[in-house]
Amino acid sequence: MSKTCLRHGGRGTGVHGMSERILTVEDLRVALPVPAGTLNAVQGVSFHVDRGETLCIVGESGCGKTLTALAVMDLLPSRAERTAARLELEGSDLTRLSERAMADARGNRMAMIFQEPMTSLNPAYTIGNQLEEALLRHRRVSRRQARERAVYLLDRVGITAAASRLGQYPHQLSGGLRQRVMIAMALMCGPSLILADEPTTALDVTIQAQILHLLAELQRELAMGLVLITHDLGIVARIATRVVVMYAGQVAEIGSAAAVFAHPAHPYTQGLLACIPVPGRTRRGDHLGTIPGLVPSLVGEMQGCHFAGRCPHAVEACRRTEIVLEAGPEADHLVRCIRHEEIARGVAQPVAEAAP
Amino acid sequence: MSSAAGSSVTVPLLEARNVSRTFRVSRGLFKARRTLGAVDGVSLSVQPGEVLGLVGESGCGKTTLARMLLGLLPPSAGEIRIDGRPVGALDRRDVAALIQPVFQDPYSSLNPRKSVGAIIALPLRVQGGCDAATRRARVEEMMERVGLPRTLYDNYPSQLSGGQRQRVAIARALINRPRMVICDEPTSALDVSVQSQILNLLQDLRRDLGLTYLLISHNLAVVEHMATRVAVMYLGRIVEEAETERFFAGPRHPYGEALLASVLTPEPGLGVPETHLGAAYPDPLHMPAGCRFHPRCARVMPHCRTVPPKPIVAEGGFVECHLWDSRMQQGAAA
Repeated sequence: MSKTCLRHGGRGTGVHGMSERILTVEDLRVALPVPAGTLNAVQGVSFHVDRGETLCIVGESGCGKTLTALAVMDLLPSRAERTAARLELEGSDLTRLSERAMADARGNRMAMIFQEPMTSLNPAYTIGNQLEEALLRHRRVSRRQARERAVYLLDRVGITAAASRLGQYPHQLSGGLRQRVMIAMALMCGPSLILADEPTTALDVTIQAQILHLLAELQRELAMGLVLITHDLGIVARIATRVVVMYAGQVAEIGSAAAVFAHPAHPYTQGLLACIPVPGRTRRGDHLGTIPGLVPSLVGEMQGCHFAGRCPHAVEACRRTEIVLEAGPEADHLVRCIRHEEIARGVAQPVAEAAP
Repeated sequence: MSSAAGSSVTVPLLEARNVSRTFRVSRGLFKARRTLGAVDGVSLSVQPGEVLGLVGESGCGKTTLARMLLGLLPPSAGEIRIDGRPVGALDRRDVAALIQPVFQDPYSSLNPRKSVGAIIALPLRVQGGCDAATRRARVEEMMERVGLPRTLYDNYPSQLSGGQRQRVAIARALINRPRMVICDEPTSALDVSVQSQILNLLQDLRRDLGLTYLLISHNLAVVEHMATRVAVMYLGRIVEEAETERFFAGPRHPYGEALLASVLTPEPGLGVPETHLGAAYPDPLHMPAGCRFHPRCARVMPHCRTVPPKPIVAEGGFVECHLWDSRMQQGAAA
């Protein structure tokens, strides 16, 4: 019964078959004033998400992944400045929406799942209250209908004895259960897009696998767009349709998961992949790859390639000009590196750090 | 380095014999306090030169066990021996000279009001026996060894990156040349690029200084890379122990299987595995009867709900599961 109201049709561009565009982000920029100047946290990020697609944004902490998601949700801190050439959810321009219209879209047409469910659930209200609230806020439904849908979704996300859970408070649930409640809450209005920011980082590996399994299943079944932010390349490989590798506020590489993992073209992506031990592939006791140095400060303007300071292939030209995204080794595969072809051919020699 | 293998007259560097630890947990003002069995009858031994990987989910008792092994928490029952001597007979400082910890969060495990030099030097001062100049020289030598520039000597932890802080914690652990280090999730709080640097450092230090590690981690890929032997903990008990190769070739315990299935290797197209664990989360306050894993076990048998399994010796280790108990299986079949 409740399944019928899982999808809400009729909004935006409607259903155009398989490749319906849900989210378009073009030249997104986020700047934050800090005591030392302006922190350019997101510097011209572009990507899109189609219906039924999972886009993973991956990178180290401080690369601008979370701020990108918060910018889409319009949940940035008030002092942050957001600009974008295009920011569209199902064809409607999010940059032109009034605050009220944005509040209507949030939770309704797009919803976010955060890393730490305890900070996003209100400890003073019951699970049932918070779940029902999500629907009552956006839809003209009775409390009974809202309750039915809450029970249906709790059951759907694998919570046993769902009806009896409604009266419980967040602190009475384990971390894994709380994250399931968060997912159920995000699904209450049947959104077209879900943004999940490190949804399993705080959880145990077995629970992580369960939650990701559930997210992937729901995403397929409900044909939603899913943006999943993570630092874990293992998760990306297993769940992503397409991948955005972010580094220092920019897209370093973007492409299908198959392309990025088969032919990682950016030295940063290659470095990240070399860092992780893989059972059966890395030999025990061997040294793992490393990326020396730290993510550069994003305060003020930066010249040249942002990764040049840590890159084993960096040459003088990398530091001189602004590096743009160019066509990578596969179709629909872009990489922000002027030497990626040389590196792929194995011509590029690791360059000893040229002293400035 | 002396080999731990062979006919084994070697004394284990660290040994736990049937160790338990319970806590009394308050349930509110008017309810009786309950007993929580955090660690329940654990036996393990670590030979010199080994790296024992201890895996299990949060709340299974890994850290409680580590604290007992470090002599920071007395066991409620059982005995811990360090280098063949019962830990109770050793002075706190003698234990510290042999075994040192490295904790998960380098943000909370370093005193923010002490400089890097003072933090690393503290164990030297506690043990006594060297003057300020010698201490400084030894601290600087150790800083170099763990890859910290000497220029950071007078800096404070807040001025360091996460990776540098973890290097400070490692330097502090090693300054007294202990024989063993207990690493409790040493890289979980770090980015992957920093994690690999710390893991490489731990490997180098182990080789160069002949160290023995107990590595506690929930990341099985890290354990596979570092450990020579694996122990799987579930709700206060070690349910499986095996050589690393043997474990990763095929765990014997269904929980070990689920753990291994949960490792998400960066191989696109494989999807997210189904762990078959169900949503019954373990609660140490309401310990299930019989096998503690049975509410989540995909291969549960009727007697698993009532009869606790006994450890069954298997090649290079043991497993605590009725599936491997031939007598039980015959009984069930009959």
